[in-house]
Amino acid sequence: MSMDLSEFLDVFLEECFEGLEAMESGLLHLDAGTDLEEINTIFRAAHSIKGGSAAFGFNHISEFTHVMETLLDELRDGSRQVDENIVDLLLASVDILREMVDGLKDESTPDEVRVAELKKALEAALGSNSEEPPATGERQLWKILFSPCPDLFREGNDPLRIFEALEELGTLEVQTDASTLPSLSELDPATCHLRWEATLESTATEEQIHETFSWVEGNCDLKISQIEDKEEQPPAAEKETENQPEPEAPAPEPAAKPAVAAKAKPAKPSANRESSSIRVAIEKVDLLINLMGELVITQSMLNQVGLDLAQEGGQKAEALLNGLAQLERNTRELQENMLQIRMLPISVAFNRFPRLVRDLCGKMGKKVDLVLSGEQTEVDKTVLEKIGDPLVHLVRNSLDHGLETPEVRAAKGKTEQGRLELSAQHESGNIVIRITDDGAGLDREKILKKAIEQGLVSDKDELSEERIDNLIFQPGFSTAEQVSDLSGRGVGMDVVKRNISDLGGTVSIQSRQGKGSTVVIRLPLTLAILDGQLASIGEDTYILPLISIIESLQIRPENLKCVTGSTELYRFRDEYIPVMRLNKLLGSQCGTDNLGQGLLVVVESEGQHAGLFIDKLQGQQQVVIKSLEANFQQLEGVSGATILGDGRVALILDIPGLVQLFHKIRNTNPAAALAAAS
Amino acid sequence: MTEVEVLMNSNTAQKIDIDLQSEEGVDQYLTFCLAGEEYGINILKVQEIRGWSEVTPMPNTPDSILGVINLRGTVVPIVELRSHFNLPEVPPSPTTVIIVVKAVEANGNQRTMGMVVDAVSEVHNIASEEIQPPPQIGDAGDQRAIAGLTTMEQHMIILLDVDDLMINGVLGLLDDEPGA
Repeated sequence: MSMDLSEFLDVFLEECFEGLEAMESGLLHLDAGTDLEEINTIFRAAHSIKGGSAAFGFNHISEFTHVMETLLDELRDGSRQVDENIVDLLLASVDILREMVDGLKDESTPDEVRVAELKKALEAALGSNSEEPPATGERQLWKILFSPCPDLFREGNDPLRIFEALEELGTLEVQTDASTLPSLSELDPATCHLRWEATLESTATEEQIHETFSWVEGNCDLKISQIEDKEEQPPAAEKETENQPEPEAPAPEPAAKPAVAAKAKPAKPSANRESSSIRVAIEKVDLLINLMGELVITQSMLNQVGLDLAQEGGQKAEALLNGLAQLERNTRELQENMLQIRMLPISVAFNRFPRLVRDLCGKMGKKVDLVLSGEQTEVDKTVLEKIGDPLVHLVRNSLDHGLETPEVRAAKGKTEQGRLELSAQHESGNIVIRITDDGAGLDREKILKKAIEQGLVSDKDELSEERIDNLIFQPGFSTAEQVSDLSGRGVGMDVVKRNISDLGGTVSIQSRQGKGSTVVIRLPLTLAILDGQLASIGEDTYILPLISIIESLQIRPENLKCVTGSTELYRFRDEYIPVMRLNKLLGSQCGTDNLGQGLLVVVESEGQHAGLFIDKLQGQQQVVIKSLEANFQQLEGVSGATILGDGRVALILDIPGLVQLFHKIRNTNPAAALAAAS
Repeated sequence: MTEVEVLMNSNTAQKIDIDLQSEEGVDQYLTFCLAGEEYGINILKVQEIRGWSEVTPMPNTPDSILGVINLRGTVVPIVELRSHFNLPEVPPSPTTVIIVVKAVEANGNQRTMGMVVDAVSEVHNIASEEIQPPPQIGDAGDQRAIAGLTTMEQHMIILLDVDDLMINGVLGLLDDEPGA
């Protein structure tokens, strides 16, 4: 009869995390002003975590949550006022609870000392308030142990009625002990195998409680005892619940407990409970998206065949072309919608910041007003997961280096409270995230000095202000005089940058000295498809990401300069850009070496332009990105592969990677970059 | 009886019948020819055998890595085994095939890779006691992948460890390569 709960475990864990998130964001709002509905939301989340964990037999979680819940209950009924300490305590409890739930997943055990400490702190907080409740009413806690004789039902008694009567006396919580329940084959539904244990918080006397059991008196074993202090309640419950949480047992009266419990804790009807969504495993969605990719490839293959056939003419050719056009439209639409499934609002990544900023401000003695906007902007789940850490780093950096302490701000004539703004929006097929602060901005002189010291640039270089600002993204760069707890180890911004480039995005910073700075992150909406430009070298086709192409042009010999015999430069508008020969970069034997015969594609990488010399350009198309790493490994200058309409594999080039490769080759062997150039 | 389908160039599928109900301690090996020698790999490592097809070359990789092919939507790297073993290269002939194998890394990660061989020959049942350890001929890189030697009808068959060959031998080469 025992039901296998393991298949529900994932759902439970996911609900736990959602609940914890709801609790956290609710608790953070408690600062401002206390809204009863807000407290109710937190309370409900705690309550369902407690219920769920008890059902799965995770007693340590349910016990811990129980204490939290009691505290929340007091906040809810107004017998306790919200203050900073309680919010901090509850936030810390949410953290430890999250650790415990995490622990269930990987079967690690959380730090028991900390759990015990926090539990004690919670209980202490409860205790400190325990003088107050008697003032509002002589409520006392009663523990009732009700073990009826097996004939309870045959005599026409219904325990549900008893509990209903008890509930009228005060707040009731009932737990069913089904441990003596026989297996289903031996179960006689008319025999009562259950025992109940109830905690009643009520102003009633012992006699009044006894009265509710008068019908079954003599037919049962009844123990009613008073619990002295609220503080003792959790340990008492703990002792008794040890061998009994088995509420999944299909007891003859399974409805009794939930029904009573639900009434005892009046759950306010939640307005947004009925969202019409379903929970689907991400693998299933990914499988669909993969199949979708195959479909797109097949479609483009059919398209090519169709076009060839149509050239032969004939009546049916037109019908075929119409059909193919329709197929193309439908596939495209299907693909767009399919990718939508994986899209989540960026708020999932933003939500952690109110807490983070609050904690850090407390630590650093700064006052910061965090403003979030565009949280509903949607982005692919993978992008979302990977952007979290870089964002945290950037926000920390803003708080640590950017925003000043209230005193400094006041001295500078700024408002004491700094402002940190996180915004997201869609811009031409990308998502753009901006992190703006009104702090000190970057200290260009210091950055330049450090960069020269660290040999990142030479002191002869004439750098634009923008270039200097973006030096902070160079590996190993740090201006912090002292390494602080928060940042300054110099392993920060370059990692941020690398993470973002791995996602196919870019990051840059704009700073106004004394007024603040803005970090702009630009990311593709999805990692599954890419707008590509097909380029060929000899027989081979490569894909250039459309996003990094500025323009393509035919080379005019008069604009081509050869510097010191090793570097070719091309005059592009008013700028000299290096010419990178793609066939040389890729070590390919084919392709033309005659610059007059090919095309120069001007690309942008990290704010700088470069010219990529190729044979010719073919069409543009959306390509499905396939991983090279799955069966092989990452290659320099290549970000992935795709399958063309004719079934061939084409490599997708990674422009920043190619530029790096170009510099590497030039540094090790200057002649190689130019080999056969003349 | 299970059939492994062998796709040859001419699109005429040739079928090899294999009795997979092997006895205790007896493994089945697919043997193939490479520069006149016969090599064998455990048949459970083989995913399929394909006829020779054009590959897309990959930049800045060792010569033994020919490139990648599209295997029903998956991008699969192809290794020229002759070149990997420093044997003289020959142009593909009608019997040249790609054996697609599943190589497993130490961490359990599975990679699908293809190797180009001169021709597949047959499937042998080889008992483990018939396998001799490989002779110690120094620690040359390509020696490590040899799992053992055996004799079948007067022929010597060189048994290869696919995981070691592909993961340490082929992918390992890339780590040493400076990229240019």
